[in-house]
Amino acid sequence: MNSASPKSVSAHRAGWLLAQRDLRLGLRRPGEWLQPLVFFVVVTTLFPLATDPQMSRLRDIAPGALWVAALLSSLLALELLFREDGQDGSLEQLAVSGLPLSWLLLAKTAVHWLLTGLPLVLVAPLVATALGAPLAAIPSVMGSLLLGSIALSLIGAVGAALTLGLRRGGVLLALLVLPLAVPVLIFGARATALAIALEPIAAPMDLLGAIAVLAATLAPLAAAAAVRISLEE
Amino acid sequence: MNLLAANDLNLWRGELHVLRGLSFGVDSGRCLQITGINGSGKSTLLRALAGLLPLESGTISWRGHDTRRDPHAFHGELAWLGHGTGLKGDLSAHENLRYSAGLRRDFGTADIDAVLASVGFPHSDGRLARQMSAGQQRRVALARVLLLDCALWLLDEPTSNLDAQGQHMFGQILSTHLELGGAAVVATHWPLALAPTRIEALELQ
Repeated sequence: MNSASPKSVSAHRAGWLLAQRDLRLGLRRPGEWLQPLVFFVVVTTLFPLATDPQMSRLRDIAPGALWVAALLSSLLALELLFREDGQDGSLEQLAVSGLPLSWLLLAKTAVHWLLTGLPLVLVAPLVATALGAPLAAIPSVMGSLLLGSIALSLIGAVGAALTLGLRRGGVLLALLVLPLAVPVLIFGARATALAIALEPIAAPMDLLGAIAVLAATLAPLAAAAAVRISLEE
Repeated sequence: MNLLAANDLNLWRGELHVLRGLSFGVDSGRCLQITGINGSGKSTLLRALAGLLPLESGTISWRGHDTRRDPHAFHGELAWLGHGTGLKGDLSAHENLRYSAGLRRDFGTADIDAVLASVGFPHSDGRLARQMSAGQQRRVALARVLLLDCALWLLDEPTSNLDAQGQHMFGQILSTHLELGGAAVVATHWPLALAPTRIEALELQ
């Protein structure tokens, strides 16, 4: 048996290389991951235009506007996660590589979050200020979006893996992911609302963190199983 | 004992009974060539062998072990090339090989240059994969198969889009692989440029 050939690469290093590859690909075509970011900024800045531009009113709708926009933006970005790899045969190669597929998909999802989730966190100060959030609330708003976007990317990965084989999976993807993302929306918006009111946000943040950890543990396993099913098409 | 053995494979695709009680064995140093008209199930058989498709019944064993029971050991020795080349359009040939074969094997730049030379691809070519012709992409995909340095090759139409010289090149790398004790299952319409003693044919109905 020479299944463990001397030149084999550890799973750890394989995940790292795959992440490097996706990061390099992402940086070569910035248009793809800039779209969800621009969407997030445009949608949130539409609210002051469409509603009563009184600061107190804006402040009331700010958490909802911020989180619905973040959720839709993350849905929009999910198309980028596995689709191309599924079509060009890369995913097939990963599935028969003898490496743990869930670990490889976690690496891919991490880079996906880096390119489409983290930018939302970074523009959050701008967007939150436009919606009337006080300066003191900004770090908390960013913190809640940080945890929330991680959870959304992980949950979305399962949906993206399930709809891989479908030609027009966009709507189905939304229907699959949105119910699962509701807890993130609820606790995220709650944390943001408390932050804007300058109250302690520990309770919803704890729950957001718990969801993120749970998603990080289970989502890669579910996504790997879903990818294998999708490849059977 | 056969290196790769398939026993009584049955597989349905929707309403179609594609593989009907198929059995065969592939020994070290031998190539099983699968032929058959379009839609006869060549790709289905190869995908089932690779473990990408579940079987209705039957077993596939590798070195005597059921591949469904222990897929990791089997996949560790498997180089698979399906319809998709698995190349990323925005990476060059070098980068593609480093990031795809590099996930599984440790090698240096010189090794990449060497395999690119053996598949007849100019290694100084810095173009991105999407700027290459389909035949050149195939060559790079075959270079990945070489780099993976696996005992078993499962190749689905590996020479599609290749010119006559490319067909010849494929025959050469395949016979080297077999001489080194490897095994291969290849679905192709083209006659393989191999010594007749190395080839076994399987025609799907």
